[in-house]
Amino acid sequence: MNEVRSPKPAGRSFHAASFDYPSFFFSGLTGLATLLILAILGVILLNIVLNGLPGLSWRFVSTIPKKDFFDLETTGVLPMIVGTTIRVLVMTIFVIPVGVITAIYLTEYAPNTSLVTRLLRAAVNNLAGVPSIVFGLFGLGFFINFIGKNLDALLHNPGPVWGQPAVLWASLTLAVMTLPVVIVATEESLKAIPTGLREASLALGATKLETIVKIVLPQALPGILTGGILAVSRAAGEVAPILFTGVAYYMASLPHKLTDQFMDLGYHVFVLSTQSPNIEQTRPLLYATVLVLLGLTFALNFVAIIIRARVRKKLRALN
Amino acid sequence: MAESLLPKLTVAATARGDATSSGTPLIEINQLSLYYGAARALKAISLSVQERVVTAFIGPSGCGKSTLLRCVNRMNDLIDTVRIEGGIKIGGHDIYNADVDVIELRKRVGMVFQKSNPFPKSIYENVAYGLRLHGTTKKSEVDAVVEQSLRSAALWDEVKDRQHSSALGLSGGQQQRLCIARAIAIKPEIILMDEPASALDPIATARIEDLIMELKKDFTIIIVTHNMQQAARMSDFTAFFYLGELVEFDTTTKIFTNPAQKRTEDYVTGRFG
Repeated sequence: MNEVRSPKPAGRSFHAASFDYPSFFFSGLTGLATLLILAILGVILLNIVLNGLPGLSWRFVSTIPKKDFFDLETTGVLPMIVGTTIRVLVMTIFVIPVGVITAIYLTEYAPNTSLVTRLLRAAVNNLAGVPSIVFGLFGLGFFINFIGKNLDALLHNPGPVWGQPAVLWASLTLAVMTLPVVIVATEESLKAIPTGLREASLALGATKLETIVKIVLPQALPGILTGGILAVSRAAGEVAPILFTGVAYYMASLPHKLTDQFMDLGYHVFVLSTQSPNIEQTRPLLYATVLVLLGLTFALNFVAIIIRARVRKKLRALN
Repeated sequence: MAESLLPKLTVAATARGDATSSGTPLIEINQLSLYYGAARALKAISLSVQERVVTAFIGPSGCGKSTLLRCVNRMNDLIDTVRIEGGIKIGGHDIYNADVDVIELRKRVGMVFQKSNPFPKSIYENVAYGLRLHGTTKKSEVDAVVEQSLRSAALWDEVKDRQHSSALGLSGGQQQRLCIARAIAIKPEIILMDEPASALDPIATARIEDLIMELKKDFTIIIVTHNMQQAARMSDFTAFFYLGELVEFDTTTKIFTNPAQKRTEDYVTGRFG
């Protein structure tokens, strides 16, 4: 074997032999990509805020419009704010429990290697890739024509009560659409709970259910709420799923039960931009409505984020 | 199945130098084999553990000592691929019988893990957790048992003024003693300890060892350890495992001074493993 000698320290510098071009270009590229995204977001927001702000007033957000709602001076978006808020809240009430229970089944109970589990996971992933208009058609076919109509027949309703578009069906359709988001987020947070905690609980004679309810779920709550936030963000601006399942072009009053139809901000933006008799005149109104939609989406997210921050703070006091 | 084999196996255990043959043993492990899928991790282990003694399981990593320990409170049930042959009797009852309630078993056989795993709750809530699970809800009762358990775990003096602050704020050694307090709060008969001091510094380790010597008066303790001195200092009986086999089981004095097997001698003197 040859003897290996260490090189003498003297005479060797620590300067790189040549400039590291690949690293330089790659870091530059990532920086540029980030800048581009920020720029696009900035342009969109700035455009909407600057053009929408002049049309915004208390009267605008608190008025129920008359049948002809293309006049900025008299119209308002109260029913749309109410409608969008209700459909998002009702969706959340349905999607969180169903999503969380499904995720608990998949992570805690389902045998990992079985065909059924793999099919279930594949189904969840595919559900996330289905175009939202397909969900809209599904909602019409399943919730309204199947469940709703049969419910009417069962209850001997003289006219359609359940078997017609309604805020309930729109919310359920949105819930089906956002289910994968909640399931995946919950699964991830359940998997992040250390095995040691589960074992400690089981070794004390807790059942699996007790362990999940008392140890696992409280720890997973922030992750579950993140799923909820993502679901709200996605659902708030969606129009396609509610198109056939509950949204109305115009209603003279606010919805007051779950079987009522509703007006919606996103759909209203679509109506304003396609049905207006005078596009130029409607433009300020359109901007103001989009600004309200953005504001409402942010507000709904903000509420969810506040709730999550409170839960985290509570947990951190113990972590 | 294990029932009918029992008399013969007890004789076999005695024949291989079962030093605990005086009196009825509390735990009897009979020809226990364990498979992970097709791999056999434990090979026909038979040994008996007496009441209120400390029994140490020693052996190199992967020899099956932790696996065997986890058979005693059926923690291996959690792993889908595990299959078990043979049986374990505690107080004469086969714990792998179909009619055994695992919850009831784990109430009687507590466990302390290698990595301290307090719940992210307050110190008080950690100890109270098991009590509440098993139906003690009256505050005065829970208070009393929490204090008593923390005292028994030699932790009371350090935490009595901050029982309601987070358990995760405790040092590693304190956390492990809290886990011991949590285990003894539900008054088990047996405590299984899976390398309880392996992640602790020498001072914290010494405190755990003192504690185990105290607990031995009330509990039957099985401790898995990598630390030969620890086994020699604390245990009354020692079982040496190698590659899934029980090589030798005898009094600790015998194992460490005059073992019957060459492999045991080599291991305890540090020549391999």
